[in-house]
Amino acid sequence: MKGEDIEIRVNGEVRQVNSGQTVADLLRELAIRPDRVAVELNLEIVDRQEFERRGLRHGDRVEIISFIGGGNSQSSAVSTQRMGFALTADC
Amino acid sequence: MRSEDRDDRLVIAGREFKSRLWVGTGKYKDFIETQKAIEASGADVVTVAVRRVNITDRSKENLLDYLDPKKYTILPNTAGCYTVEDAVRYARLARAAGVSDLVKLEVIGDERTLFPDTAGLIEAAKILIQEGFIVLPYTNDDPVVAKKLVDIGCPAVMPLAAPIGSGLGIRNPYNLKIILETVNVPVIVDAGVGTASDAALAMEYGADAVLMNTAIAGAKDPIAMAEAMKYAVHAGRLAYRAGRIPRKLYATASSPIEGML
Repeated sequence: MKGEDIEIRVNGEVRQVNSGQTVADLLRELAIRPDRVAVELNLEIVDRQEFERRGLRHGDRVEIISFIGGGNSQSSAVSTQRMGFALTADC
Repeated sequence: MRSEDRDDRLVIAGREFKSRLWVGTGKYKDFIETQKAIEASGADVVTVAVRRVNITDRSKENLLDYLDPKKYTILPNTAGCYTVEDAVRYARLARAAGVSDLVKLEVIGDERTLFPDTAGLIEAAKILIQEGFIVLPYTNDDPVVAKKLVDIGCPAVMPLAAPIGSGLGIRNPYNLKIILETVNVPVIVDAGVGTASDAALAMEYGADAVLMNTAIAGAKDPIAMAEAMKYAVHAGRLAYRAGRIPRKLYATASSPIEGML
């Protein structure tokens, strides 16, 4: 039986879902493997074991987080070509 | 020597690692190149960033498909975090998404240099250590800060060589040496390495490991550079353990005078 549509935010985007949908349902709908993500619901992390039980409500803000390629913070630092000095490995 | 001696393995918070070269996974052309470079590097620790899943473009592949979790220790970082609040939030999310309590903690203080905000770093580290995280802090070359981080419970410290992606190599070798003498935990030189000799030097000074990303991913041939770095870290470590000769102003002949005509 289809519930009412409710509006939530997922990763910053507005989304309509059925009321009564759980976090696990949402992940399934998005084809996201639950074992590879963290889910934050209204700034609180949802335990993976709770995905199937935790229901979504109107106005909920969901963040679905995973790992991406990255070393350190993305650099916007000044290019070294602008420096005029010669570099020596010296100590 | 700060790290355990058996087979000269790197030991941090009870975990043993074979490779003293750690690599980041950013800035590569694609996941295939990432995977090949990491393999060429011989690294067994790889850092990853924590970000929103792209839900609109579901065709996007997942980095984790290319990194065998049995082969590699995934070390999430809090890259891009400028506040204590953000760094703590990202660390918690990383733990929830991943498989361990390890986190490379970054609290950035400045957009242009990406130097750490050391006050924020210490504060965030305290919070996370209390929550059971194993915090590896990205710090600067200040031995006072390094000691504080160790005193509050960080099992290693990660001082930068130079600004992230700058390729300048070790800008303050004197401070690095002081840090190595000051703390009794592993020191992992992180950020600013440019080429193989930079990595070898870090290890010759006595660093326990080196972490790099741009030096490899940004090289003209990343896979070749990854291999170079593998050898550089290994050579530097061997040289350090072998005990170098002292520097002298004047010559000391290698051949005897006796028997000369």
